Amino acid sequence: MKSSKKALAIAVAMAAGTAMLSGCSSSGASDDGGKVNIVVAPVLPGATADALKALSKRVKEFEKKNPDISVKAIEYQWTGTTFAAELAGGTLPDVFNVPFTDSKTLADNGQLADITSDFKKTATANKWNKTVLDVATGKDGKIYGVPWGPYAMALSYNRDIFTQAGLDPNKPPTTLDEIEQDAKVIAQKVPGVAGYMQMTSGNNGGWELSANTFALGGRMEKVGSDGTVTVTTDNQQTKQALAWLHKLRWDDNAMGKNFLWDWSGINQGFASGKIAMYMSGSDVIGSLMQANGFDQAKYGVTTFPVDASNSDAGILSGGNVDVVNVKDTAAQKAAAVKWIDFYRTQPSVDKTAAINNAKTLKAGDQAVNAPTLPVFDKATWEQNQQWIKPYANIPAANIKPFTDGIWDQKIVPEAPSHTQDLYAALDPVVQAVLTKRTVDVDAMLKAVDAKIQALIDADAK
Amino acid sequence: MTVTQQRLAPSAPRAARKHNPITWVQRGGLTTLLFLLPLLIVFGVFSWSPIVQSVIMSFQKTNLVTAPVFVGWDNFVAVFNDPLFYTAIRNTGYFAVLALLFGYPIPLVAAVIMSEVKRMKGLYSVLAYLPVVIPPVVSVLLWKIFYDAGPDGVFNTILGAIGIPPQPWIQDAATAMPSLVLQATWAGAGSTIIIYLAALTGVAPELYDAAEVDGAGIGKKIWHVTLPQLRGILFITLILQIIATAQVFLQPFLFTSGGPVNSTTTILLLIYQYAFQNSLGGAYGEATALSLMLAVFLAILSIVYFRLTARWSDQ
Repeated sequence: MKSSKKALAIAVAMAAGTAMLSGCSSSGASDDGGKVNIVVAPVLPGATADALKALSKRVKEFEKKNPDISVKAIEYQWTGTTFAAELAGGTLPDVFNVPFTDSKTLADNGQLADITSDFKKTATANKWNKTVLDVATGKDGKIYGVPWGPYAMALSYNRDIFTQAGLDPNKPPTTLDEIEQDAKVIAQKVPGVAGYMQMTSGNNGGWELSANTFALGGRMEKVGSDGTVTVTTDNQQTKQALAWLHKLRWDDNAMGKNFLWDWSGINQGFASGKIAMYMSGSDVIGSLMQANGFDQAKYGVTTFPVDASNSDAGILSGGNVDVVNVKDTAAQKAAAVKWIDFYRTQPSVDKTAAINNAKTLKAGDQAVNAPTLPVFDKATWEQNQQWIKPYANIPAANIKPFTDGIWDQKIVPEAPSHTQDLYAALDPVVQAVLTKRTVDVDAMLKAVDAKIQALIDADAK
Repeated sequence: MTVTQQRLAPSAPRAARKHNPITWVQRGGLTTLLFLLPLLIVFGVFSWSPIVQSVIMSFQKTNLVTAPVFVGWDNFVAVFNDPLFYTAIRNTGYFAVLALLFGYPIPLVAAVIMSEVKRMKGLYSVLAYLPVVIPPVVSVLLWKIFYDAGPDGVFNTILGAIGIPPQPWIQDAATAMPSLVLQATWAGAGSTIIIYLAALTGVAPELYDAAEVDGAGIGKKIWHVTLPQLRGILFITLILQIIATAQVFLQPFLFTSGGPVNSTTTILLLIYQYAFQNSLGGAYGEATALSLMLAVFLAILSIVYFRLTARWSDQ
């Protein structure tokens, strides 16, 4: 009797243990009782209470329109290193975003859900520009995502610090020399503030060095007519960009004392007033308001200077693709595409959706008119700007230098092959220039070329 | 010989009974197995199976989606051909040496002093152990703020008060690693101090009394009584520290991401970078190959260490 009680206790304990283990592995999204559950990830970690309130309102609007879908929104930020871990661990939500550079390869690797049929049901399916939609199209011609928020690299600056330094915030720098001069003035007149800074770690150092290079007319990779890719970081323009950074750091002492900045770190640094000017995507004010509570009245943005004398010079541009988890059921995929269409696409093309979105964002103190590039065409983009104008909460004058200048800049997409590996290999080069007075840049760039070329050549085998 | 056989003879049937499955069940063998099973499953699923899988993966090329391909020793060759591998070994070695120089003696000295203190002993123990209680990620992020290289950074302000110019801390290749060791020592000393304090209570007071009668001062008492009495514990903490420093990850990952210019890229950080640096799925084969190499190295080191110290640890 005693032993059977003991056996029962053990069995109960084991059953409980097994239940706990299986509970760990259960997916957060499933179909239940006719309602489809999806987990979406449209907000950055550490989002302000206002941002979360605005998002919750949007979720409710969507659920009202689609009573058979239940949406759970979680915080998510794409970073090169954590994404691979989440992908490998299978912990990604149903809808998440990846950068332009990654979507095609992930699709071809079978890591994203094919959403072609659901995508074709959306009202804008035929409106898409083929070149833009190409970033979300696999080798098989199927659609694996929906692009949104294309950006160009830009120069963000703190208008208050400009004023403190005696500079005119309505006349931001327009050349590299002017950035250098202004940065020098700021560093001298506002102690403890870096006049200019750019990202150096978490693969972002290479990303921004690529932007510097493109702006001077160089390229990090060249694609031959037969499709072979040659890595060309050891080029004149990259060296010129590094020499410019070296001068700002060592001759002008205009870059502060901290030199390890990744994407979220530099946003924090800028939002807390430690950095006066920095290079980032033109839409970064959206994140600065969402995650750092930055006051948009202080914000200014202008185009990053592009060498007018070089016809190859252009501005690095990129964007995001909302994609769907490959493990989702057909019902979840359909629901996910509806959500992406509602949350990302409709506010760009539909007047009512645009106004509703703008009203919600404004009420939640989130960026309504963060400067982006057109996702469809310039006319649709301009129309959209007119719709949201009454709700715009970033002063038009603050973003005017960018919105006026961007149409004159040539748009250059990111390097196509092993992009993140390339960026990671370039991080130490930028760090070296900023932390060591004497650096053998030639040798470092040659080593990067050899390393990334080996990876590309290995793919071709 | 005959005697032995005679002695063994009666016990032979008993031994046979012991191995009889029915008797084993009757004697409660099943219950034992039932109790053992959860542990076996947990260890099997979460420890042994990943170890076996990673050994297999170190000989494969895989992106965890498409079918893996066996590539023989290619992953190991790739690791040996990577210049960063040698940088990581140098950096890890440097971290280990610095951590041993500072992190090993400091807790011992602190524990000996604390054991001598008569009043408010508990308070000192709490203060020493407090850094261990703070979640490691939180403490690193706090120290990252303290390490601000500007003249208004916390540590630089303190240094400024005593006339020392601002230091670059983690922003310079020369000072980054010592800065990481400083934080790691602060964070880890508490646990070792507690171990030493516990061991010190086991030292018989008569030995000190005898030493005192022989005219020994505090220094001689520590040298001739305390240290010899603690040697077993000292050997264990030393090897534990060597293993821990060889696997340092948190500090370089959170403070510097391996920078500036790879000056804090350690072996574990390199393994992480192999696996996860490329958002499209990294070199998991190379990552597991390097993990395996590290595990084998540490296992050999531990065996050699215990062989060498076995003689000295014998009480």
